Amino acid sequence: MEAASISGGERRVLLRSPLARLPDQALRYGLTALAVLILALIVYFFIRLVGEAGPAFAKFGVFGFAFGNNWNVSAEHFGALPLLVGTLITSALALLIGVPVAVATAVYATELCPRRLRGPLTVLVELLAAVPSVVYGLWGIFFLAPKLQPAEQWLADRLSFIPFIGGGVVTIPNYFITGLVLAIMILPIVSAISREVMATVPSDQKEAALGLGATRWEMIRMAVLPYCRSGIVGGSMLGLGRAIGETIAVTILIGDAPQLGSHLFGQGYSLAASIANEFGEAQGLHRSALFAAGLVLFVLTLLVNGIARALVLRAARAGSAQADAGAGGGGGGGQRIAETVAGA
Amino acid sequence: MNAGRASGDRLERFAVTPARKRRDSTARAVMLGATIIALIPLVLIVYYLLRKGLGSWSSSFFTTDPTGNTFFKSSSIGGIKSAILGTIEIVALASAMAIPVGLGVAVWLVEYGKDSRLAQAVRFFVDVLTGVPSILFGLFIYIVLIVGTGSSYAGYKGSLALALLMLPVVTRATEVILQLVPGALREAALALGAPRWRVILRVVLPTALPGMITGVLLAVARAAGETAPLLFTAAATLKTNFNLGQFMNSLPVQIYSDVTSPTTAVVNRAWGAALALVAMILLLNVIARLISRRSRLA
Repeated sequence: MEAASISGGERRVLLRSPLARLPDQALRYGLTALAVLILALIVYFFIRLVGEAGPAFAKFGVFGFAFGNNWNVSAEHFGALPLLVGTLITSALALLIGVPVAVATAVYATELCPRRLRGPLTVLVELLAAVPSVVYGLWGIFFLAPKLQPAEQWLADRLSFIPFIGGGVVTIPNYFITGLVLAIMILPIVSAISREVMATVPSDQKEAALGLGATRWEMIRMAVLPYCRSGIVGGSMLGLGRAIGETIAVTILIGDAPQLGSHLFGQGYSLAASIANEFGEAQGLHRSALFAAGLVLFVLTLLVNGIARALVLRAARAGSAQADAGAGGGGGGGQRIAETVAGA
Repeated sequence: MNAGRASGDRLERFAVTPARKRRDSTARAVMLGATIIALIPLVLIVYYLLRKGLGSWSSSFFTTDPTGNTFFKSSSIGGIKSAILGTIEIVALASAMAIPVGLGVAVWLVEYGKDSRLAQAVRFFVDVLTGVPSILFGLFIYIVLIVGTGSSYAGYKGSLALALLMLPVVTRATEVILQLVPGALREAALALGAPRWRVILRVVLPTALPGMITGVLLAVARAAGETAPLLFTAAATLKTNFNLGQFMNSLPVQIYSDVTSPTTAVVNRAWGAALALVAMILLLNVIARLISRRSRLA
């Protein structure tokens, strides 16, 4: 009895007055409101974008706009196929060139290089991400493109028997050089995510391979790469999302010619480049068409990023589940990957 | 005897044959080669930035405004004063808006939302925002603040576009750090009778501070280099301007407009401006990394 009443009294001391609880409530609901604000913001953005793009879609139809092969500002006819194709070709090139190099860099940094070199190597690759887009454009158009033009011409002449790739005159701004610079730009993020995923491979798995007599490369091929596949694919998709949305470097390097380029080394256009290039002077239907191009771009990046994040998350979860099963605790892998995704 | 020889034969089949050895060293060489290839662009970019950029740097380069992009005035094209000041002003305002909001959302996610349905939705949408191309943030601000209000470009509108771009980066980076704060610290403070808000302000945030500063600085560095969101929100002007309600110049936009010039001197100004921009961004990166070393988490 007595004990109970005492503890009851103490509890009353611990109970806070409604006034003292006020800051707690304020913080809680204030922060919740902030979080909900972000949701509302994106939904509002999407609705407004659809609204502004409305006239263009109404005139040409959604499919007529997205797949019509005629972007003619003076005739007020807008079919975004040349833009869409330019975006897709340059991004595909960026993946084709960038991903093998990025993954190889990650393998070298995590498995092969001397421990002392690992840190500096990582920092150097990440420095590529610190260079602004416009500087890549400046460097690409005044240094890389003129320097590579003879080599490109040679390649185009040798490949002239393949339609859409070889033949024709190589211009300084073209699809290929755009893809190449995009490859450099996505290299840091693909490499960083591959590295983080490779770090989650349980070391007993690697040691088992080595213990069975595998060479270092066989160990990488059999124990590391299969384990990381979905993480690497996810990282590459994030890179693809970056490449699709990249604006200024592409605008400078692709040539801004509003038609389908005749071949890989010809000038073209992209969705983002059309907006950056034309929006300043656009009026009426033209402006609506550019908003529509932005909407197509938005949907495209949403799809690619959605798939990418699902893959990376799955890889991260598999990694931390393994770590939990193996060493008891851990799960740092998933968190580090999330941080990489956010920071890169 | 017999059995011994048999197992020896079997072992031989697992021996590292010259062919396997060759494949191993070839693969290693390929990986090393790819790594070197990956670093070549960095070396080339830094080399050309320094060579071309330092050539156009002079004391007047930083103290004069750029003159027009005209063909005839190549002798007196001016410097990049308005661009540097504009970038600092726009990015400072963007940070002032994005950092508190991003931090607030991250705190909510870690301390209140946790794994609730709403928190998962917010996380998903923050991820969506991370992937949105930067030029679309410019379009959004254009729709809302320029079409919507019928007014013209202004520095603060550029800041808002950059703030939208920074918001998801700040949120995700700080969320990851806040999650690293040990639960035992929170529980200890709560058990001593501290209310929730005090636990967050006095225990969780100070513990996570170095890591959060790193994430925030990296977000600021990223925003400073962005051109696309500023093109149709803050636009470009030549004059130095301290009023964020007016047109405002910035380094990336200045470089972008100089790239297309036919005049060599103007292109050289772009190289000089690019070197200044990269130097600013690298400085932020270096500070961020130095601070992250001091973090006791992770």
